Amino acid sequence: MSTATATHDDHHDHGPAKGLMRWVTTTNHKDIGTLYLLLALVNFFIGGAMAMVIRAELFQPGMQIVDPQFFNSMTTVHALVMIFGAVMPAFTGLANWLIPMMIGAPDMALPRLNNFSFWILPFAFTLLLSTFFMNGGGPAAGWTIYPPLVLQMGDGFPFMIFAIHLAGISSIMGSINVVVTILNMRAPGMTLMKMPLFVWTWLITAYLLIATMPVLAGAVTMLLTDKFAATSFFSAAGGGDPVMYQHIFWFFGHPEVYILILPAFGVVSAIVPTFARKPLFGYSSMVYATASIAFLSFIVWAHHMFTVGMPVVGELFFMYATMMIAVPTGVKVFNWVSTMWKGSMTFETPMLFAIGFIIMFTIGGFSGLMLAIAPSDFQYHDTYFVVAHFHYVLVTGAIYSIMAATYYWLPKWTGNMYDEKLGKMHFWLSTVSVNVLFFPQHFLGLAGMPRRIPDYAVQFADWNMISSIGGFVFGVSQLLFAYVVIKTIRGGEKATDQVWEGAHGLEWTLPSPPPYHTFTEAPQVK
Amino acid sequence: MRKLRKLAGLASAFLGASASTAQASYGLLNMREGVTETSQSVYDLHMTIFLVCCAIGVVVFGAMLYSIVNHRKSKGAVAAQFHESTTMEILWTIVPIVILVSMAIPATSTLLAMEDSSDADMTIKVTGIQWKWKYDYVDGDGAGVSILSSLHPKLNEARQLGANADLSQFDDHYLLDVDNPLVIPTGKKVRFLITAADVIHSWWVPDLGWKKDAIPGFVNESWTKVDQPGVYRGQCAELCGKDHGFMPIVVIAKAPEDYAKWVAEQHGAAAAEAASADREWGKDELIAKGQQVYTTNCASCHQPTGQGLPGAFPALAGSAIATGDPAAHINTVLNGKPGTAMAAYGALLSDADIAAVISYERNSWGNDAGVVQPAAIKAAR
Repeated sequence: MSTATATHDDHHDHGPAKGLMRWVTTTNHKDIGTLYLLLALVNFFIGGAMAMVIRAELFQPGMQIVDPQFFNSMTTVHALVMIFGAVMPAFTGLANWLIPMMIGAPDMALPRLNNFSFWILPFAFTLLLSTFFMNGGGPAAGWTIYPPLVLQMGDGFPFMIFAIHLAGISSIMGSINVVVTILNMRAPGMTLMKMPLFVWTWLITAYLLIATMPVLAGAVTMLLTDKFAATSFFSAAGGGDPVMYQHIFWFFGHPEVYILILPAFGVVSAIVPTFARKPLFGYSSMVYATASIAFLSFIVWAHHMFTVGMPVVGELFFMYATMMIAVPTGVKVFNWVSTMWKGSMTFETPMLFAIGFIIMFTIGGFSGLMLAIAPSDFQYHDTYFVVAHFHYVLVTGAIYSIMAATYYWLPKWTGNMYDEKLGKMHFWLSTVSVNVLFFPQHFLGLAGMPRRIPDYAVQFADWNMISSIGGFVFGVSQLLFAYVVIKTIRGGEKATDQVWEGAHGLEWTLPSPPPYHTFTEAPQVK
Repeated sequence: MRKLRKLAGLASAFLGASASTAQASYGLLNMREGVTETSQSVYDLHMTIFLVCCAIGVVVFGAMLYSIVNHRKSKGAVAAQFHESTTMEILWTIVPIVILVSMAIPATSTLLAMEDSSDADMTIKVTGIQWKWKYDYVDGDGAGVSILSSLHPKLNEARQLGANADLSQFDDHYLLDVDNPLVIPTGKKVRFLITAADVIHSWWVPDLGWKKDAIPGFVNESWTKVDQPGVYRGQCAELCGKDHGFMPIVVIAKAPEDYAKWVAEQHGAAAAEAASADREWGKDELIAKGQQVYTTNCASCHQPTGQGLPGAFPALAGSAIATGDPAAHINTVLNGKPGTAMAAYGALLSDADIAAVISYERNSWGNDAGVVQPAAIKAAR
């Protein structure tokens, strides 16, 4: 390398280009990872602001703040922004930053595609949010955009569909990049079964995305032609079938649930061994469990639709298949607990978030198991019990793992330690408030409160008020998270290359912060 | 989790003194046991699985907590380096499978019983419409009875008052009361045929133990058998547009003799209604009735002011249809506008109601376009 020409040197040894164009034209996996994480953070606060509107309206019975139509678009767009705009880009950002550094690759395999797949996203979400300013307002049919209701939407309808298409295209391109990178660019000696679990879970997630995103694209395209081209895919009056949409949507939607949680398993499987100072209990069984969950995720979709009137044999099949998911998920939880067992644990912020993840994700898993029981689901379905369930797995599951990952790798990325005291404060504030927020929603659902309603009977008032208070505290606590992250980026106590005493893996062999280009010469893995 | 529930119960006792009467009647922490065999077995299933989950939780979280307390570096714990144990892996795969199978057995038998709607004593067709329910008695004594069930006018008024509404007067029936409830006889197996006219709804009364989606173009089946006379409340459970939160369900179970009396009343009322279509109505009479019909069926979209909601629902004040040719106006109300929230009211309202509401719309908010007689509606059908 040292004998190369001046331009070549320029490319390798000097840092990134200066100014805004660095970010627009970058093909560097670290830059793109940062962009993804930043977008996710912005969307987290946009979606969070919508959640605040929802909880403010539900603070008391009666309609006080917004009208019902706007309330419906709040619940709808809150979900779309959080799922497609916050959690998914955050994991893609983590993948960009970490996969090359974990497998000893110089960058992602397809750097220009990488740039493109990120830069589509800001446009997708601008389109989505712009519908609020159009005739008829934003989408208000729920994030599942079921027909025929969604076809009643105003002028924003095609913009929403186009936004989903763009986000889907971005995900597919990002996933192809992940698969190609992992399969082709591992350092010598890094066999598949030596890859860190985060890489494994992302490899499987990427396949799920490639398999399901086109299905979503097909479903929403059929909605588009039903609305504008007089087709009747989902209109019974024209010989179509509104339930067929739900089957297609959930064939995407259930694997999507695992797309949102498998990388989280990878993050937790990295953090727990580090702070227990003990190897992960069962590496290969974790890999097999991830693969089993991914497979099962394709054959359980109709448990979201137990009440649509399926034949009883169908209901039984989807009930049994769904219950089976508890087995590999249990394997994961047991593995994490066994990893902690007889370890030498310390409880820095990433470990706190990881433990919080394991406990609260498991609570969400329990309610998931209850929801799998079809006869009980006839009561739970479309109530706040479901809302509580999926917020336990997505907020205290997926988002907690993203927070854990941020605290865990931020010193590596920036070269600065975060403020441990503030980090712990963020954890405890979040954990207390998130349970005040979501635990009472189990009670509300069981007592009979349907989801997606802007106003409710007075007997639900107490728990709604408690839940809203939890929501406001949780919302404000996340400002602390943003503060800690910004503070760490700007400076702080210098981190060592190792950062954490118990950390293992190639990324920890690099300097903190790592140079702009890393592993330009592949490391040897033994 | 049980402990948490207790704690939560305590918390509610502190905070909920004001609403304590309402709470007592609605079981605030857990699923309702309901009033049918089905709802009871669903409740039992729910409790069984909940308790199994609690037991697993105690073991798993207990082990974790023990580890967190004892295996910490600050206590001088030195990390063991064990990992991989095939015995453990097999054990924690097999044990959950056994637990799951033991859960699946009662779940299966409950499900099979719930889905068996054969040998019903009577059948009621339930139609979900944005945002009301229609009940048609298909057979038996009640055959021909048809009920349109909307949010109670008083509640409809209260919910539009925003922060000024005094909700305490409604006890725990706020948003859970209707103008015309569904009435069923006790001790009979009632089969429901559930469908929808516009978008997907879901018919749910927690005390009956199930919900079933109402889907346009499809007919779903379900059934119930209530033994205890009483009033059972529920609401639409599938997001169905703007007023999804405002389409409650009230089922009144009456002893067979009271039910028979009610059926006779309904037949009488229907006959009177039909007769009223044949006579000539006065303008004031039409407009007064029309205002009621408008408030119940039209005002949530077109607004009490007739101004609509720009972009979503058209204004009627000064509109071409409400001031132009009556035939177009009648056609829109009778047949609705496919692809929008405008329902085909021909199937929902009587000739007199439709004539009245059209007359009201043509003579309000500055409109002055004459009245329409029930006979004109009858002719246009």
